[in-house]
Amino acid sequence: MRLLLRALLIAFFAFVIAVPFVLSVYPATLATEALILGLFAMSIDILAGVAGRVPLGHGAIFGVGAYVVAYHVAVSGGNAWIGMLLGIATAATVAALFGALAVRTTGVYFLLLTLAEGMIVWGICYRWTSVTGAENGIRGVARPALISDPHIFYYFVLLTVMMAAFLIWRLVHSPFGQALRGISESSSRMRTLGYNVPLTLTIAFTLSGVFAGLAGILFVLLNNFVSPSNVSLDQSTQGLLMVILGGAGTLWGGFVGSAVIIVLSNLVSAYTERWSMILGLMFIVTMLFASEGLIGKAKALVGARSAGRKTA
Amino acid sequence: MDRRKFLGIAAGSAAALLVSLDPLKVLAQGGPIRIGFLTPLTGAAASSGRELVDGWNLYWRQAGTKIAGREVQVIVEDDGSTPDIALQKARRLVQQQNVHVLVGDVLANTGLAVAEFVKGTGTPYFMPVVAADDLTQRKRIPNVMRMPGFSASQMTRPLADWCLKQGYRKVATIGQDYTFGHEQSGGFVQTFTEGGGSVVGQLWHPFNTSDFSPYLGQIPGMKPDVVFAVETGADAARLLQQWATFGLKGHIPLTTSQNTTDQSIIRNLTPAETEGIISVAHFAEGRDDPETRSFVQSYEKTYGKLPAIFAAEGYTGGLWLADTLKKINGKVEDTKLLLSTVRSEVVLDSPLGKNLKMDDYGNPIFDIYIRRVTRRADGKMVNTVIATYPKVSQFWHYKPEEYMKQPPYSRTFQGIKQ
Repeated sequence: MRLLLRALLIAFFAFVIAVPFVLSVYPATLATEALILGLFAMSIDILAGVAGRVPLGHGAIFGVGAYVVAYHVAVSGGNAWIGMLLGIATAATVAALFGALAVRTTGVYFLLLTLAEGMIVWGICYRWTSVTGAENGIRGVARPALISDPHIFYYFVLLTVMMAAFLIWRLVHSPFGQALRGISESSSRMRTLGYNVPLTLTIAFTLSGVFAGLAGILFVLLNNFVSPSNVSLDQSTQGLLMVILGGAGTLWGGFVGSAVIIVLSNLVSAYTERWSMILGLMFIVTMLFASEGLIGKAKALVGARSAGRKTA
Repeated sequence: MDRRKFLGIAAGSAAALLVSLDPLKVLAQGGPIRIGFLTPLTGAAASSGRELVDGWNLYWRQAGTKIAGREVQVIVEDDGSTPDIALQKARRLVQQQNVHVLVGDVLANTGLAVAEFVKGTGTPYFMPVVAADDLTQRKRIPNVMRMPGFSASQMTRPLADWCLKQGYRKVATIGQDYTFGHEQSGGFVQTFTEGGGSVVGQLWHPFNTSDFSPYLGQIPGMKPDVVFAVETGADAARLLQQWATFGLKGHIPLTTSQNTTDQSIIRNLTPAETEGIISVAHFAEGRDDPETRSFVQSYEKTYGKLPAIFAAEGYTGGLWLADTLKKINGKVEDTKLLLSTVRSEVVLDSPLGKNLKMDDYGNPIFDIYIRRVTRRADGKMVNTVIATYPKVSQFWHYKPEEYMKQPPYSRTFQGIKQ
């Protein structure tokens, strides 16, 4: 079993590295998109899966990163690399604000508060015509020459996402991550133990925002344009659905969720215009039979089997 | 179980999914002419998107799908009414299905997304509906043209001129608060004020306003001679209904841009709510003309309803493209030839009108009609023509270079001459 898994893992990494050579342009673009949205989902998972606070406004942070880069590059004609740094800084600032306002709430109130925060950003992007181009968005966001080639851009995304994923993984498995898990289980106990719960959560929210913003930046570099739909509730829900589908709290689940959703929506929509219904059904089935998400379920199945072998 | 194990499972499943994607690449030279047709079949613009593709299909059903001995293959994709999906579908059509030409999209932001993409690939992209001004003005792309769409502000200028000729001097406008609304309204008020009129008030409301009373209540106090409205979809229906319920109908003349009194709206309203409303468009289903009549009749027979503007645009888009392809003997691979032929060609007759022609910026020049909603012999309400403005360009009477120096219309810049 272990050997098989290891072989699969190696095969998978070989595949991921070989994507631009194995796949033609279009599926390779989808793979790039899956990586980017996987990172976005992973950033949400820090809050939703680890800290037990489900945010519904992360689309706004994702989009803010994208908008800043788009404005800096396409409108002011600035350097894209500097734009990316600015984008991350702005996304982090917005996330810190969001977090500071939202962290004292839990459950459905947290959800609604972050939803409202996201809607404010959406409203600004939708109305501030002179800066954001309103619902027409900003287009003509050229990639820096170094990564303008689609192959090289894929590797750039792969490398960035890998590094970000590693950082998130380190974060979640650090004492800080343990504190977040503790807060998720009982914030009152953590408080009694001397943790500053709101501060811890605000930091987590900000860090999560950094990665969401980074994903947004990669996304705008992929698509060369940004529009209010990138900061909308749809974007937030999409990220959250990816987390839930892959398995909240598993971190890697975000990538599975994003790959499944992107691949399926593209495959199914080739056959029927009712593709969104099919996706909806798939969510329902997943929630009914694998409420812990795809990775969670797989983990449980493998766990049960090895446990069974041990007792046998 | 350790992390490595479930990583492996994730890896395996993701790999399997991605591999199953491996494209069946069809490479054919001299094979069929492949046209990718993008239209919203889900989301906010779904009903318009449906009529667009219905009109388009009607053309090919009537004209046949062979051009210069080559089969015409149309691949229809749903753009989901959102730019991200539109972009994804455009990528698939161009990169995987290897279409020669892209046609379609309804909402401005979807069209802009696709235009941005074809800027890189060079694929000819023809828009039958998308109206965002700058696509054929300040930020035009050589391989992107409206066919036979219009730029938002092009449409409303003749109406403003017509209003001035009726002796109206004070206008109040009401419109959806987004770029399309700002542009259509901007075209109107700029022409209106440059011709000596004045604007007594501009009301902007968000999309899907369920109650217009806060807005309509302000209008009588402004004492306008005429009201101009930019409304689409459900907002259009509600505005017309409430305009009648609040007793404004018959007291203040209401003029609108093309969508408000479109068939897609008035076929679901009562005659009392719609009769007599003035609007402006490059299509009028009640126009007394053989080409329009035959299109309306066959559309009615096929789909059981009168055609909306989108249907006429889809049909004419097919007609225009087919004419061009015939002229170049089906050599659709020669993008340069295709684009230059579109630019030089004149569509002699179409359901929209006669002599459609591209300007140098990729936007068509055509007749624009001032229309009134009237009752047809069988009781159905249709838009009939009461005045025609021949050969209207997106630049109206301005010099293109001069015109493009002014900023694009927005909520804050409406081109109003004091």
